[in-house]
Amino acid sequence: MSEERTPQVPTEEGRQQTQEARGPALTPRGTPQAPPVRARAGDEIHPFPETAVGEGDVRNADAGPEAVRGTSLWSDAWRRLVRNKLAVFGMVVVGLIVVAVVVGPAIIKAATGYTYDYIPPDSKLVQSFPPFTAPDGTFSWAHPMGTDSAGRDMLARVLLGGRISLMVGIISTVVSLIIGISWGATAGYLGGKVDDVLMRIVDVLYAIPYMMIVIVLLAFFGAQSPLKQIFLLFAALGAVSWLTMARIVRGQIISLKNQEFVLAARAGGVSTAKIIFRHLVPNALGPVIVYATLTIPSVMLSEAFLSFLGLGVQAPYASWGSLAQDGIQNIAIFPWQLIFPGVTMALTLFSLNFLGDGLRDALDPQMRKF
Amino acid sequence: MSEQNGNLLSVKNLRTYFETEDGTVRAVDGISFDLKRGETLGIVGESGSGKSVTNLSIIRLIPSPPGKIVSGEVLFHGEDIMSLTQEEVRRIRGKRISMIFQDPMTSLNPFMRISKQLMEITELHLGHTREQAYEHAVKMLETVGIPEARARANDYPHEFSGGMRQRVMIAMALSCEPELLIADEPTTALDVTIQAQILELIRKLKEETGTSVILITHDLGVVAGMTDDIIVMYAGKIFEQAPTTELFAAPGNPYTKGLLKSVPDPADDEGAELYQIPGLPPDVAHLSPNQCPFAERCYRAEDICRREFPPFVQLNAEHFSLCHFAEEVYADSRAGRGDAPAGTTQGGDGR
Repeated sequence: MSEERTPQVPTEEGRQQTQEARGPALTPRGTPQAPPVRARAGDEIHPFPETAVGEGDVRNADAGPEAVRGTSLWSDAWRRLVRNKLAVFGMVVVGLIVVAVVVGPAIIKAATGYTYDYIPPDSKLVQSFPPFTAPDGTFSWAHPMGTDSAGRDMLARVLLGGRISLMVGIISTVVSLIIGISWGATAGYLGGKVDDVLMRIVDVLYAIPYMMIVIVLLAFFGAQSPLKQIFLLFAALGAVSWLTMARIVRGQIISLKNQEFVLAARAGGVSTAKIIFRHLVPNALGPVIVYATLTIPSVMLSEAFLSFLGLGVQAPYASWGSLAQDGIQNIAIFPWQLIFPGVTMALTLFSLNFLGDGLRDALDPQMRKF
Repeated sequence: MSEQNGNLLSVKNLRTYFETEDGTVRAVDGISFDLKRGETLGIVGESGSGKSVTNLSIIRLIPSPPGKIVSGEVLFHGEDIMSLTQEEVRRIRGKRISMIFQDPMTSLNPFMRISKQLMEITELHLGHTREQAYEHAVKMLETVGIPEARARANDYPHEFSGGMRQRVMIAMALSCEPELLIADEPTTALDVTIQAQILELIRKLKEETGTSVILITHDLGVVAGMTDDIIVMYAGKIFEQAPTTELFAAPGNPYTKGLLKSVPDPADDEGAELYQIPGLPPDVAHLSPNQCPFAERCYRAEDICRREFPPFVQLNAEHFSLCHFAEEVYADSRAGRGDAPAGTTQGGDGR
């Protein structure tokens, strides 16, 4: 096995040469007289294969000097990610949509003067126009997605809807990350009774249909003002989506906590909280990132569902779900009012899922080989 | 600081048990020893003899449950570590007593830069600012012989080789200038040349800083050149305790004799079978308290060994042995007799 990786190692001559090249064997203080040897092209980093642990440790001679710098886990994962066409597609689409919903409304306002809640004062204009159609029936750039039944520009509304939908997705995921990581890491690291109690709570919450909790929360506290309703939605969705995250993090922490570096940190007097959050959580980030990426679309879908039922985002604000709900009432006459928000949402959710799958493949140690 | 007759560390009758489904495992069962300032103590023994548990018990790092320190005192500067609060123990760990672990591949956090890991300890214990801690980290890396320490301080552990990682561990362990360094098989995971370098480094740094060292190993060759005293452990008990030269010259316990004989000798005839102690270490969960734990594997065993627990015999001022026939074995060793335990030499019957 070692011969394959380091053909030149087993020879006695080679050992002597490398020994000479490394200078005197024992130079604990200061640097050796010869310039210290950083491996160059043609050099072995490890003269002895017994101490080599992985392909990162032993490099072949023609790899060139920059290979010696080594690749970090993240750059490795990135390399694998960009090789996955679907994941790149997902990344590009998500990127474009994020840019569009962030800067889009401002551009539309500057270009045409329309905003998501601008209702034309002229009562003749308060009606649904098809895409690219001026009030007199001729071609126009003013409303690329047409208008809704109140004469509001659909493009502006879809972009605002995207902004709110993505915000719900991201903020709820962050909420679930914070709760889930703290909860799961605490349970996993402390173990014993603490673990039992914390995880039984998770089990109980799992048993309750989460939509029910959200609907009850929204029905109880909601509808004071449209803006408050949105924040309630963030909190409610975040509060129910941390359960799986807690389980994932707990599993990771349990598999990590018996590693020697944790013992070494404890032997160094590092406190429990620091061990959990500085040593263990960063090591568990791979699966957490993957799951978070996949949580965003699922939360967005829940939000759309709630808004579609009329429990989520309220007018004048819009989300893709509430736009679809508006659109479905007139689907036979004004199909674009459903199609545009629907297609945009579907595209975004697809892309996020592709990206999540790609990340999982890229960060999964089992997939290292490709 | 109150010190008892120059002892830095006094372990008295330490017992650490693990509650398992299979019964109570008496991993450490009544260990006592003293360590003087600046001295090196070697603890040797087979796998599972309780070496590591002893030392984890000293700084209270036994995983609990299932582990439990049942009784005993660990006096560090005359202060019983067992009676301290968690917070007080944390302040001792890493600062006054630090540890080096067996496997340098896994004892560094793969997600933290080397400098960060070194800085964490000094920021914690010495109250260093980030800059001070960083400079200290670089200085420590230079001390342990990492070439281009400044350039490499910000590398990740995977960019270091095994020997270099163990050097980093040593740097970390010594960065607060501890009074006691516990090295738990520091060279087991390294190849022989690196082993020699690491041991030399520990010895040199020990001389420079005056740190006391407890060196745990199952390699007699490692302790021979490094230690002042040796404790031989078996089944959670101290089987023999003696100054290093004395122990090698005149072992007073059949088990120690077996261990010494198991060390391969280059002078042996080519093709000669290597000696081994017959049998396997006992299951410490089901060990009768009324017999010698080593009786089943011992060449010298007689009926009494299976009936009574052996006494801890004092052979001379500093030499103790746990054996019914300690004095006889000791006398044999001194006379150069009884070197070859009858029946089990070179033979395959023990397997």
